[in-house]
Amino acid sequence: MNDVQIWTYVLVALSFGLYIGIAIWSRAASTKEFYVAGGGVSPLANGMATAADWMSAASFISMAGIISFAGYDGAVYLMGWTGGYVLLALLLAPYLRKFGKFTVPDFIGERYYSKTARVVAVFCALIVSFTYVAGQMRGVGIVFSRYLEVDINTGVVIGMVIVLFYAVLGGMKGITYTQVAQYCVLIFAFMVPAIFISIQMTGNPIPQLGFGDTLSDGSGTYLLDKLDGLSTELGFAEYTSGSKSTIDVFAITLALMVGTAGLPHVIVRFFTVKRVRDARKSAGLALLFIAILYTTAPAVAVFARTNLIETVSGKEYNEMPEWFSRWETTGLIAHEDKNGDGKIQYVAAPEINELTVDRDIMVLANPEISDLPAWVIGLIAAGGLAAALSTAAGLLLVISASVSHDLIKNVLNPGLSEKGELWAARISAAVAVVVAGYFGINPPGFVAAVVALAFGLAAASFFPAIILGIFYKKMNSQGAISGMVVGLCLMLFYMLKFKFGIFDGGQEAVAGLQDDWWFGISPEGFGSIAMVVNFIVAIVVNTFTEDPPEEVQEIVENIRIPSGAGDAIDH
Amino acid sequence: MDTDLRKKYWKENLKYLSILLAIWFLVSYGFGILLVDELNTIRMGGFKLGFWFAQQGSIYVFVILIFVYVRLMNKLDKKYGFNEE
Repeated sequence: MNDVQIWTYVLVALSFGLYIGIAIWSRAASTKEFYVAGGGVSPLANGMATAADWMSAASFISMAGIISFAGYDGAVYLMGWTGGYVLLALLLAPYLRKFGKFTVPDFIGERYYSKTARVVAVFCALIVSFTYVAGQMRGVGIVFSRYLEVDINTGVVIGMVIVLFYAVLGGMKGITYTQVAQYCVLIFAFMVPAIFISIQMTGNPIPQLGFGDTLSDGSGTYLLDKLDGLSTELGFAEYTSGSKSTIDVFAITLALMVGTAGLPHVIVRFFTVKRVRDARKSAGLALLFIAILYTTAPAVAVFARTNLIETVSGKEYNEMPEWFSRWETTGLIAHEDKNGDGKIQYVAAPEINELTVDRDIMVLANPEISDLPAWVIGLIAAGGLAAALSTAAGLLLVISASVSHDLIKNVLNPGLSEKGELWAARISAAVAVVVAGYFGINPPGFVAAVVALAFGLAAASFFPAIILGIFYKKMNSQGAISGMVVGLCLMLFYMLKFKFGIFDGGQEAVAGLQDDWWFGISPEGFGSIAMVVNFIVAIVVNTFTEDPPEEVQEIVENIRIPSGAGDAIDH
Repeated sequence: MDTDLRKKYWKENLKYLSILLAIWFLVSYGFGILLVDELNTIRMGGFKLGFWFAQQGSIYVFVILIFVYVRLMNKLDKKYGFNEE
């Protein structure tokens, strides 16, 4: 075993021990503790927990890599996955906290005085959360297999056992405090290599400034200018300009922002604080904690991209450093000597290019490419696992609460006792973990594609219903339900047609359908159109049907005023 | 509770929201997407300004916007006596 592996084992074991310790300390004794951690979490802890909940394996492992290959276009993820918090803080969190229930379907069901609305919301929550959680469990398996050389499936099972332990035992209470720890682990693991590399390349210890700085070789050239030059030399697009159309960039960013604000596992975190002002403040803190990673990721992308091109392009294959062959065995990087000259040609033109690189390598192998110390490399595994586990746990709780609270307690068996509901919650959490683990081990081919689309689904279904519920007092159930159903169906249709090509002969046909995209908008960005359609349908149907009952309008009046939120959760 | 007071409070809240969301739109969709090519002709050290807004600046502004909102609303709650202890 080499140094890197020893460090990896030690750091992963330490972090897992910490999570289990926290789980034992914070067991949930009531449904209120299980669903919303008792409703007394401090804004600071909730901010960190929300940040960890939010930043998934994709944010930690894949995002910087995606940006490093997309250049400017990567901004859709950076803005899309942060800008949604402004919407959350200003338009949703304070009012939902004042409303003071346990789940998002709770709000939809009561605000629209309708079991149908509640069931539609449960259905949306389950679709969004399951697609998302399968990707996380897979992420856990991949980190295990790459760093600890265990089988992917064994990795998934280890991850399942850990999540099972603290989610089933502690519910939201256990999850909240483990997420605080996981945030600390993941941000440390992301920042340390970034700072090292920033110093190495530009002499600037702050990565956010470093990637706009001059190179440390004394040439006085700006790093970004150099990367633009290298990219165009090899036939790629200039790094700082994009290749997507403006309308598509606009639509994807909007869909991701609105989707973020509509994701149930994020919204539910704001039910856990004591007062309305705490909900506002913790949304701000959450974004601050998220922004630390999200402003560093584009810097890492530039460092890694420049490093990769400089290390491999036009160099002798036999003289490649040790990491190259190590990552070759995992299949993440591959070289095919097409012209037989023993050198690596890395260019844009596919017929000459000899190097294929998986985008994930930009974060996973970056510390090795930059020759950082073994303990820094070991950190990456612990960070990736923290990111995947924290998000998985948050999602599992949404699934469990949707089933035990919204379906069983509120629709199927209203007479269920508090104790019975707590057991139902625990059992549904356990079942959800097993189902998620199953999808992690046998991933349906579409998981990766669907995770991005979970945002589109959330944007197309929840967001308009919640916004109208708060800001439009006269919105009735007929309008909201038709809006959600039409929005969701439209989104599903567009996704099936243009992402999976099921109406035109399957996956192979997808590339040929690009010219048919409505308004030139990709399936990833279509959530913004479906959202607008949802709004329109809801408002039109609403004008032709009767106003909501007086007492519902009274609820809306009431959630707009912050005072009295502390009591609101108890009734 | 006084309905008039509630209405006034809500109106002021909506005014804050529209100003803050206008800024939110301007820095991301405006500077980062629609005007990116124009702004890219301006440079700030090694950054082209449009690129910087898209990958850095807009995120900083988002964080600031939320904290400004928190302050404004805390003040507003106090002014109308809707704050909680």
